[in-house]
Amino acid sequence: MEIQKQLENTTLTVALVGRLDAVTAMELDKELKASLEGVKELIFDLAKLDYIASAGLRILLKYQKLMDKNGNEMKIKNVKVEVKEVLDMTGFSDFLNIIDSKVKKLSIEF
Amino acid sequence: MKEELVIKAVIDNLDDVNFFIHKSIEQFDISKRTLMQLDLVVEEIFVNIASYAYSPNTGLVKILLETEVEPLSISLTFIDSGVPYNPLEKSDPDVNLSADDRQIGGLGIFLTKKLVNNMSYQFVGGQNVLQLTKSLQR
Repeated sequence: MEIQKQLENTTLTVALVGRLDAVTAMELDKELKASLEGVKELIFDLAKLDYIASAGLRILLKYQKLMDKNGNEMKIKNVKVEVKEVLDMTGFSDFLNIIDSKVKKLSIEF
Repeated sequence: MKEELVIKAVIDNLDDVNFFIHKSIEQFDISKRTLMQLDLVVEEIFVNIASYAYSPNTGLVKILLETEVEPLSISLTFIDSGVPYNPLEKSDPDVNLSADDRQIGGLGIFLTKKLVNNMSYQFVGGQNVLQLTKSLQR
């Protein structure tokens, strides 16, 4: 997975490219830990994220809690349908601030 | 068709596990969505074994893969010799809670249960044997 960071004033946009799995989730955690100083708004751009597993969800939850605790904001944008499905199944869609997503809630099919 | 992989149960081997699964089913040309669901299931089970079965040491996991056509489905059996652990006994996390009240954990098995058609666990001969079946959409 590729992690592209862009800091503008106090807004950090993190674009994730590829797969957020158990291996890459650890890398993301390290990257975020080192980059959040002074950040008031954290935006994840998931336009090029094809896959997310529970390890990735844990990172999203961890940083949502952290931003909440400090009175800051976290947003998720451009979620792909495959990733949105996982967020829906786990109820993450309900508490994450997902903006400009054109993807509707999916039912689970086999 | 039957395939088998024996590999060290460490998280860094996840890519090798995925490669084995993808290679075994590439002929079926399954949909992107089904593949993502299958990857998710495989990751959650493998990472669970890698994280807990032999902790703090490491050990091996054997993955048996069997496919059936008409209807197209895959059966995966994960066998390890670690501590007895039945993931089916784990209670589901409450998916209606807010971020604040959420625990970090328990989501992997929950997702797995949702995404497979059948899942069973046995502890036989000192081994954890976890079998799951999932139908595959082209």
